[in-house]
Amino acid sequence: MTATMENTADAVTELPRLLPPRDGKTDGGPEGKSGGGRSHDFRIHAMRYGMLTYRDQPGILIGEAEAAGLTGRGGAAFPVHRKLQAVLDAAVKRRRTPVVIANGAESEPASDKDATLLWLSPHLVLDGLQLAAEAVGADTAVLYVHANRAHDVGGRLTEAIAQRQAAGIDRVPVQLATAPARFLSGQETALVNHLSGGPVTPTFPLPRITERGLNNAPTLVQNVETLAHLALIARKGPRWFRSVGTDAEPGSMLATIRRADGQPRIAEVPLGIPLKDLAGDLRQDGAVLVGGYHGTWLTGAQALKLTLDNRSLAGAEARVGAGIVIALPADRCGLVETARAVRYLALESAGQCGPCLNGLPRIAAALAEIAGGRARSKTIADVERWAGLVSGRGACHHPDGTVRFVRSALRTFAAEVDWHKRGHCSAANTRPFLPVPQGTARSENDWI
Amino acid sequence: MAEKLLVNPIDCEGHGACAELLPEVVTMDEWGFPIVDPRPLPPGLERYARAAVSACPTLALRLLRE
Amino acid sequence: MLINVSGINSHTVLWYASRATGVVALLLLTAVMVLGLLVTRQGRLPGLPRFAVSGLHRNLSLLAVAFVVVHVVAAVTDGYVKIPLTAAVIPLTSSYERFWLTLGAVSLDLMLAAAVTSLLRRHLSRRAWRAVHLTAYLSWPVAWFHSVFASGDLRHGPLFLLAIACALVVLGGAAWRVVAASGDVPRAERVGLLMTAVHARDKSRNRERTPAK
Repeated sequence: MTATMENTADAVTELPRLLPPRDGKTDGGPEGKSGGGRSHDFRIHAMRYGMLTYRDQPGILIGEAEAAGLTGRGGAAFPVHRKLQAVLDAAVKRRRTPVVIANGAESEPASDKDATLLWLSPHLVLDGLQLAAEAVGADTAVLYVHANRAHDVGGRLTEAIAQRQAAGIDRVPVQLATAPARFLSGQETALVNHLSGGPVTPTFPLPRITERGLNNAPTLVQNVETLAHLALIARKGPRWFRSVGTDAEPGSMLATIRRADGQPRIAEVPLGIPLKDLAGDLRQDGAVLVGGYHGTWLTGAQALKLTLDNRSLAGAEARVGAGIVIALPADRCGLVETARAVRYLALESAGQCGPCLNGLPRIAAALAEIAGGRARSKTIADVERWAGLVSGRGACHHPDGTVRFVRSALRTFAAEVDWHKRGHCSAANTRPFLPVPQGTARSENDWI
Repeated sequence: MAEKLLVNPIDCEGHGACAELLPEVVTMDEWGFPIVDPRPLPPGLERYARAAVSACPTLALRLLRE
Repeated sequence: MLINVSGINSHTVLWYASRATGVVALLLLTAVMVLGLLVTRQGRLPGLPRFAVSGLHRNLSLLAVAFVVVHVVAAVTDGYVKIPLTAAVIPLTSSYERFWLTLGAVSLDLMLAAAVTSLLRRHLSRRAWRAVHLTAYLSWPVAWFHSVFASGDLRHGPLFLLAIACALVVLGGAAWRVVAASGDVPRAERVGLLMTAVHARDKSRNRERTPAK
């Protein structure tokens, strides 16, 4: 991982919160994970954040999460207190001890914030995991992480967990599990399927995993960043958490930002921050991708008026998602980039549901034709028809997200579509910009 | 007591019996898979809906009570 | 009523009813097997709607069970040869044609298991239902051997040809099913294959077109 950290430190709003301040003094290395130093050392964590204090009773943390208005930072923005309550209720009703899973799969290729968080502040995540376990009465905890792309995050986490065990900090033992390198590996039913010994393919969403998940126990799956926020809310209180962000969407979040140079930067930003503050110098005729490959392309003109929160973005049919903001360089073609990403998304389909299996490859091929200037008169109409057939008809939201991404591209790059019909392309640079993994899944082994 | 027809798209293999037995609610897409009307079942169709559910060779259909 | 038939004396209507329902049951079970094989491959019966294949499979299987029940009851009730009722489902309980009737019992047991698990399918796991249902591949041949050897009926004349025809139909159907299934694409390879296929189709289509400039 080569993400660098952006310093959005603001004396009034006390950011960053989750990541160590980038003042050169703390982590040995000058930036992000190329250094990282010993931040996984528990003593450094304790010095910076103080000790983890348990509530000594299930359920208490749920009230704090509700008061703080904490929502999931994995992309769905689901209210954390409601999820915790659902698991606790299921545990009581079914008389089964729940399981808690910290989801650090970060299977979205353009996102790097979870990997960065796990590298720089693993103990916040692990604290949050313990607190969540206590809140729902769980006796099993799993930390599920992507086989790290550049650094051995597994090794650091193992050390961190071992330190906590030795110091008697953790009440629930934590198991480390590796997420396969698939786009769907962060999907909650898929990850439960995988942890149960199967492939990382989604299962039918009913009954909900909060009711019946891993080993048939009520299961809480929470993004690692969400757990880190929980750990700080437990120490500093809901009002502190709400001191940044908006009223409707309080708090801060980690954003993965890519500007024209293509380098990912991780910044901890308040929700509601203007997109123009993140996307660098944004032109009216530029384009910004918000939310990753299940997200939405916005025109520069739109993005200049919007802020990073769901209320603002909803007007442009966009969502914050996992906080990915990518500014398309002026010399690249949005259609070509989108076609490449959609090809990847199609190949990452689990192939279990007829509509997704049939629709996504056809949409991908059509986009390739459009991007390559080979579109026929009915190609766009075909894409629209397939998009309508595919959305909402799978067991997971992979087809829906892909369709959102595709539709937004055809909208935002409508002028480019016209150019391509005439055999032109406005791109001066054909080098790939959006990060798209190379390998494809060829057999069942690639899903295990 | 409103009921809704739900298809499990993972179990569904596109046999097509449901679209034949309950065309008011289920139509087939161009690939042979069912498009199920998400609205509550119109009154009077419960019997046929149950027949469609039981006719599915892979038990991919279910009736959800709302 | 006493009837003389080819050297065997004093059998009643019940005895003949048992033999007749046995033959019909075998025919029905053959049809059920063929229909079941069709269902697994989403096959169609010409002129009939899709739901008819699985619908007929189920209805005929229940009809077949009914015929087998009559077949058993008639054989047991007919007094000339002593067959205990338990011999219908418990192997080795009949002193008359012990081995061949045992086959009949085994086949009926498996048939009942398949029928009952199918009726209660909602409450079973997919795997459990399928495991029991697959025993049909055992149940049918066992029923065939029972039919051919428990009495001499299917070893002579037109009924002999019928028995062979049934065997060929089921064997042929099963072979077809296995061969067709070997071409099935495993889940993990489906989308890759479709991507290649769509891409190839587009490539060949684009080669045929004159470039738009």
